[in-house]
Amino acid sequence: MTALLSARGLTKHYGDVAALDGVDLDIHAGECVGLLGPNGAGKTTLLSLAQGLRRPTAGTVQIFGGEPLDAARRESLGTTPQATGLPESLKVGETLEFVAAHYAHPSPRERTIEEFDLGPLLRKQCGALSGGQQRRVAVALAFVGDPDLVLLDEPTTGLDVDARRALWDAVRARHAAGCAIVVTSHHLEEIEQLAQRVVVIDQGRVRADDSLSAIVASVARRRVTLTGVPAQRIGELDPTAAVTERDGTVEAVVADADALVRALVTAGDPFADLTVRGATLEEAFLALTATPQLKETV
Amino acid sequence: MSTAQLALTHARYNLIETSRVPIAVIGSLVFPTLAFCLFVLPQSYVTQDPEMATASVASMVVFAFMASGLFSIGIDLAEQRAKPWVPFLRTLPALPGARIGGMLLATLAIGSLAMVPLLLVGGLFTAAAPTPADLLAAMALAIATAVPSMLIGFVIGTVCGPKAAIAVTQVAMFLLAFGGGLFLPPQMFADWLDTASSFLPVRQAREIVVDTATGAGVPLWAVLGIVAWTLVLGALAVWLFRRDEGRRYR
Repeated sequence: MTALLSARGLTKHYGDVAALDGVDLDIHAGECVGLLGPNGAGKTTLLSLAQGLRRPTAGTVQIFGGEPLDAARRESLGTTPQATGLPESLKVGETLEFVAAHYAHPSPRERTIEEFDLGPLLRKQCGALSGGQQRRVAVALAFVGDPDLVLLDEPTTGLDVDARRALWDAVRARHAAGCAIVVTSHHLEEIEQLAQRVVVIDQGRVRADDSLSAIVASVARRRVTLTGVPAQRIGELDPTAAVTERDGTVEAVVADADALVRALVTAGDPFADLTVRGATLEEAFLALTATPQLKETV
Repeated sequence: MSTAQLALTHARYNLIETSRVPIAVIGSLVFPTLAFCLFVLPQSYVTQDPEMATASVASMVVFAFMASGLFSIGIDLAEQRAKPWVPFLRTLPALPGARIGGMLLATLAIGSLAMVPLLLVGGLFTAAAPTPADLLAAMALAIATAVPSMLIGFVIGTVCGPKAAIAVTQVAMFLLAFGGGLFLPPQMFADWLDTASSFLPVRQAREIVVDTATGAGVPLWAVLGIVAWTLVLGALAVWLFRRDEGRRYR
């Protein structure tokens, strides 16, 4: 199976700064991939190279087997302008038409309007929309050309919970219909909701590339909270634990929660209010990227 | 959709946007006529002479197109490139010609509108009286010879940041307008300046439009010059468009 997007040794320097440093990545038809990494990790640079907005310093990136700079290759690519990027004085309906005019076989207009619930907005000027409505239109624009691959850069930044969920539903519907999706996000919940595969990027390199569950499992951490035992005591029982204490409640992120609890019981420590839960992707992600080099640069 | 059709679509939406914020083009529409009223109309030796009056109106028409090319495209584009919409448009499957052509067509349309009050004032208050055929030919040629000015605006808007674009545009406008013989007729130029001036696209545009309006023959050097400028600047614009990496660094 040929990849829709394929990067080999992809490198991009801005002056002395290496935004991307030798990235290899393949995105195949129908995948939904979460691109995760801290600010400045190179996620947006990777997408801008794949969109043909910039040229790599070294290495290659191809979409649909060709150069992203070649307009014909972008026929089945969908992208979204960043927040507040819509032409203020155009109406939403006009903006949809304008973008659709670039494609030989756009999605039926009604489909996009219905999926993203744009009906009530069509006659409004983009500049008159709320931030959430603008995001909805911006993400819808990525799907106007009936693409096979969509690159979404932080699609729901600044949205409230309801708006975010509505947007996810619409994106999921297109994914279910066969469109491959690459989504970058700061909202880790967003990646958990949308992606089946997660690529962690940090300092311009791919740090991990695996299924969502494998990424979480590979850094399996559990969060143990309890009272009645000082934080210092937890540190003695499990030196690898990250322990915090607030108002007498001790919170420990540990690799092996069972061992910690057994140790507490064996030692007869008077703990109470014990809860143990799995780490979220956010915690897994922090564990993956929390490297000494990163801390130095931050 | 072909690139030419897409360029028309770009121009249409560009004009829709402009029409929603009309104050933005008032300057382009009114300024040339205003300048004509203030600087040319009071000079009765110019306005009373049919040939000089025709030449002065024609020069101001060339000025109107040049100014709208430099300001509407140059400064506006420099500002837009810093916003996310322009990079987004570049990710759509369109050749550079669609966007550049659309911008050109929209600006030429506005320049053509700016020509209307100028021709009215010239027709009513001066002795200018070109034959209808010369008038129509001069109007068409004014539009065609404005393309290099539009492309210069495009180059400035693509190369400069928003603040630099304002400064560069003002300097470019002064040099082109003066050097092109739009403020002072080239007959008053020193020989060396006249020679240097004949290499400028605005001077070539002026010669073509003025000589057509007054019924004199169009000099071949001006035609060759402006065709060369159009091709070179067009190639430069496409090249810059393709290598443009925007004003955002992440």
